[in-house]
Amino acid sequence: MGRYDSPAALAALVQPHQVHRDIYTDQEVFQQEMKHLFANAWVFVGHESQTPNKGDYFSTHIGTQPVIQVRHSTGDIHVLLNRCPHKGTKIVIDRQGNTGKFFRCPYHAWSFKTDGCLLAIPLKKGYQNTGLEETDSGKGMRSVGDVKNYRGFIFARLAEEGMSFEEFFGDSLTSLDNMVDRSPAGRLEVVGPPLRYLHHCNWKMLVENQTDTCHPMVAHESSAGTAVKLYEEMGLPEDAPKPPAMEIIAPFMSPYEFFEGMGIRTWPNGHGHTGVNHSIHSDYSAIPGYFEALCDSYGEEKAKAILDENRHNTVYFPNIMIKGPIQQLRVFIPIAADRTVVESYIYRLVDAPDELTARTAMYNRMINAPTSIVGHDDLEMYERAQEGLMVDGLEWVNIQRLIDEDEDFEVEAVENGTTERQMRNQFHAWVKFMTMGHKAEAAE
Amino acid sequence: MTVTRESLIDFIYDEVRMLDEGRFTEWLNLWLPDGHYWMPLDYQQKDPINETSLMYEDMFMLKLRVERLNGARTFSQKPKSRCHHVIQRPYVDQMDMEAGRFVTTTFMHYVETRLDEQQLLAVTARHDLALVDGALRIANKRVDIVNCDAAFRNIQLLP
Repeated sequence: MGRYDSPAALAALVQPHQVHRDIYTDQEVFQQEMKHLFANAWVFVGHESQTPNKGDYFSTHIGTQPVIQVRHSTGDIHVLLNRCPHKGTKIVIDRQGNTGKFFRCPYHAWSFKTDGCLLAIPLKKGYQNTGLEETDSGKGMRSVGDVKNYRGFIFARLAEEGMSFEEFFGDSLTSLDNMVDRSPAGRLEVVGPPLRYLHHCNWKMLVENQTDTCHPMVAHESSAGTAVKLYEEMGLPEDAPKPPAMEIIAPFMSPYEFFEGMGIRTWPNGHGHTGVNHSIHSDYSAIPGYFEALCDSYGEEKAKAILDENRHNTVYFPNIMIKGPIQQLRVFIPIAADRTVVESYIYRLVDAPDELTARTAMYNRMINAPTSIVGHDDLEMYERAQEGLMVDGLEWVNIQRLIDEDEDFEVEAVENGTTERQMRNQFHAWVKFMTMGHKAEAAE
Repeated sequence: MTVTRESLIDFIYDEVRMLDEGRFTEWLNLWLPDGHYWMPLDYQQKDPINETSLMYEDMFMLKLRVERLNGARTFSQKPKSRCHHVIQRPYVDQMDMEAGRFVTTTFMHYVETRLDEQQLLAVTARHDLALVDGALRIANKRVDIVNCDAAFRNIQLLP
C-alpha cells in the first residue's frame, strides 16, 4: 500500500488556496497521475499533417505511454500503443515514417494492419489449439480508448470508458477554432520538427506558468528589459522599422496593469486562457495581403472577428498550450516527477502569406528554444522551485491570488488577468480526473 | 592584410578563444552589421526563416544576448556559465581573393558548464568571412549540432 493509492489521499493534496508539494515532487503521485489523470483525460497526440498519407506514422507519448499516430488505409487516423503484443518490443522507434500497409515487428515478424489488427504470425501452426486468440497477445496492437480528430488536431483518451471529447473540452474549443480559422483555407500544416527542451521539474509547473501573468516583467527583465534599453540607446526615429526582437520580446516587459486588463477566462475541466481583451500578441504589424485573403474566404465581418481575438495562451488540460495568433502549440510531456520534456511546434496557415510563418518561427526560437534567453530564465525559476520544494515544514504552494469564496469551476468565468483562478481550475480538474479512475476501479 | 590560408585558420582559433574567455564584446566586434548567427534545429536544414531554428540572430539579438549575460537580474546566469571549445584544424573551403570572401568549416567539441552540470555538444561551424577595411570579419556563421533533434538542457553561451 502506497501513501497515495486512495482517492482521499490524492484529493487531500489540493485545498482551495494551496496545493501540497508532493503534487510536484512525489514519484508515487506522479505514477498515479499517469495511471488515472492521463488515462481519463483527452490528451493531445499530434496533428494530422504529421501523417498526411496512408501508412504514415508519428510516434509520441500520452503521459508516459508510448503511442503511434498512424494514417490507416481507409484514410482515418488511429492511435495505437507502441508495443508488440507478443514480447513488448516497440514497433516503431523513429519519430516518423511510412510503414506501408502494415506494421511488422522487427523481433519475430508478427505483423499488424495499420488499425492494429493482427495480420500474420510466422509458423502460425505453433499456436494451433493453444488459445492464443483468447489472450491479449492474440488481439493485435492495442488501440487507445478513443480518438478524435478535431480540425486536424488528434486527441486521444487512453481509458476505454470516460468523458466524451465534446464534454471534456466544451467551449474551450473556440481557441483551437480561432487558430485554424486564421488560415484562409481553414487548415493548418505542421512546419518542421518541434523544439525539444528538457526541464528538471514537474510538468505542472510549466502548465501553470502559461497563465502566470505576474512573472514576465520579473523573471524576464534580463531579456525583455534589456531589449527595451538597447532599442532606446539606438535612438531610432519613431517611424523607423523596429528590430524584430522588439516586437516579440519587448511586450514581456508590459506593466502589471496591462496584464490585469488582458483578462483570464476559465472553462470547466481545467481549460483556460489569458488575453480575453488584448494580449502581448495584439500589436504585431499587419502582413500585406493577409487580411484580404481572409476576407475572400470568410467575408470582411468574420475576417475582422477572427483577427480581433488575441488570445494569448490557451491551456488545454492536462498538458498542452496553444497560441492562436501565432499558431504555436507546446506539449509538456511528463517523464518523471522532476523531469519534463517540452516540445514546441509551429503550424503554417494554409493559403496565408509566408511572412506569418516566419513570425511564428521567430517567436518559437526567441522564446521557447533551449537556446532562448527568455526560456533560460523560465527554466531557472522552475528548477529553483523544484529544489526549493524539498524544504520540510513548509510544504504548501500558494495559489490564492484573487481567490473568491465559493468559486465554481464547472462554469465559464472571466476575471482580472492576474488571477490565479486558472491554476485553481487546473487543480480542481486534477482532483476530478485523478479520482475518476479510482471510482471506476472500485466499482469493478 | 593579405589573407592566407593560415590567417583564416588563425581567425577561427582566435574567435573560439574569445568565446571561451568570455570576451563577448570583443567577439561582437568581429561581426559585420548585417550578419546572422544561425543554429539550425533540423538536420541539414535549408531555410532559417520559415522554419524553427535554435537560433537565427541578427546583431540586435546578439548584442542583447551579450548585454544580458552581464545584467544584474540575469537569474539563469547566477552563477555564470563557462564554455570550452576543442576544435579541429579548420578546412578552408573557399578563398575568393578578388571579392574578399572566404568560407571555412570547423569541427569542434563544445563544452558548457554551470553549477554541477556539464554538457558536451559535437558541432560543425561554417564561417562566411569577409575582408573589410583590411580586417577579416564574420559575415555569417552557421553552427550545426550533430544531435540537433535531441531534447536539450539550457544552452546559454555560444558554440
